[in-house]
Amino acid sequence: MPEKRIVLRNCGVLDPKDISTYLEKDGFKAWQKARTELSPEQLIAEIKASGLRGRGGAGFPCGLKWELTSKAPGDEKYVVCNADEGEVGTFKDRYILENDPFTLIEGLAIAGYAIGARKGYIYLRAEYHYLLDLLTGAINQARDRGLLEQFDIEIRQGAGAYICGEESALMDSIEGKRGEARYKPPFPPSRGLWQRPTVINNVETLMNIPQIILNGCNWFSQMGTERSKGTKVFSVSGDVQRPAVYELVMGSPLRELVEGLARAKAGRFIQIGGATGRIVPYEMIDTPMDFEHILGAGSIIVFDQSRDIVDIVRRTMEFLAEESCGKCTPCRQGTRVMVGILDKFAHGQGEERDIRSLEELSSAMMLSSLCGLGQAAPIPVVDSLQRFRSDYEARIRKN
Amino acid sequence: MNSTAGDISAEAKKRGKLLVLLEQAQDKLGCLPKEFMARLAASLGLSISEVYGLATFYSFLSPGPSGRNVIRVCKSLPCYLKDLLIESVKREIGVGPGETTSDGRFSFELTNCIGACDQAPAMMVNHDVYGGLTPEELPRILERYK
Repeated sequence: MPEKRIVLRNCGVLDPKDISTYLEKDGFKAWQKARTELSPEQLIAEIKASGLRGRGGAGFPCGLKWELTSKAPGDEKYVVCNADEGEVGTFKDRYILENDPFTLIEGLAIAGYAIGARKGYIYLRAEYHYLLDLLTGAINQARDRGLLEQFDIEIRQGAGAYICGEESALMDSIEGKRGEARYKPPFPPSRGLWQRPTVINNVETLMNIPQIILNGCNWFSQMGTERSKGTKVFSVSGDVQRPAVYELVMGSPLRELVEGLARAKAGRFIQIGGATGRIVPYEMIDTPMDFEHILGAGSIIVFDQSRDIVDIVRRTMEFLAEESCGKCTPCRQGTRVMVGILDKFAHGQGEERDIRSLEELSSAMMLSSLCGLGQAAPIPVVDSLQRFRSDYEARIRKN
Repeated sequence: MNSTAGDISAEAKKRGKLLVLLEQAQDKLGCLPKEFMARLAASLGLSISEVYGLATFYSFLSPGPSGRNVIRVCKSLPCYLKDLLIESVKREIGVGPGETTSDGRFSFELTNCIGACDQAPAMMVNHDVYGGLTPEELPRILERYK
């Protein structure tokens, strides 16, 4: 199964500094069609019927999110593009931004029209500051050509915090606060940025919008599986010969991506979805990549036979402990305690009861953490204990 | 605040600029001096602790003094799997992670994923990203930063 480039169709084809190259490729035709041929309700119905789900990891139905925001009371609404790509092993949004900022702007403008927002934000992570001029230039060119009528786009930059990829923390950061996760509900469609109804979408989600409008929802929903429509953009890194960004139809087997495209050899395990992602043994290489199985934001890190899983999980937990925002106790303390225990195993000093502690702590964190970071932080621990338990047992201290 | 109310309150908008102002100051001054944070807090009608709270939350803001140039070596998994460059940078500038050279030219930090995993091992110097690095390339790169 070869690559299917829909989201990435313009990457490497057009000049990201020159909007005329985008306009030659049907650029802003979807925006025009939406505004002249479709009411906001029809537009939302089209996105709903396409089956498009959020590409940032959670997979929430995009059309439903737009509909909830559109129907929420209030005439001041916002659309936010989450370009805070901080998940370990993910770089697809960077690749998109540096090669085709225009489709993103068009998608954002269409989202604004759909929900009745006059203002959109792009939250760009600090580490991608070098893309700021390119992105600003793209917005200015669109504005100069009258393509952002009654819709203003402002770029806000992050300042180095993984948690700001979490939507409620991201909105607090735009509001000029520490990026700490909010209690939910309320959810952004009812009370988001500045407590106003807000749509917040990942870069890749918005990239799909113009093509769905131009080609119709049926064209889109024919691709993929029952509950995962369209394509997915993956970032593949680690022990592979060709680490890069690849786009495949939803439901494609992991093997196609990891061996066929990225040319991995003799892997031992794969982490899918970043720091809080699933760890799967290499034997599961024929698993389909979709929301029904495993997906996340499409981060695929491959580990070869030489890699020590306990060390990898310890390093992942260190990352999560550093990046926990500190607001809720299960995540702030839980990640730290886990680092301590995993350190013991890494040094061959584990004890039998430590495995039980890891398991108990995992279920407490999953149940009681405030946001996705703490809830998902134990996943690599749980997966590795289940599938590679003997690696831990071998590190238990002998008297 | 009522969700159906009109415009965002002036207070909230003013507050919304806080992070932007801190980022600009960080770029210009290289750090966020206490006196600056106190003045900023007063002008926005916020407490100093709120401003300090932001300055210490975000890793790209530094409330304390730092070097004229900041080297950030990525230590997240895809880079961790390759040679991390920590020893090489240390050899090159003479100080380790968390430290600043005595001439104030470089601060050295370790950072989490910078989204250059396809080019591991990678690092940033100020806002510039360098990927696919070998220790031999370091002197040539660091030479550009005075």
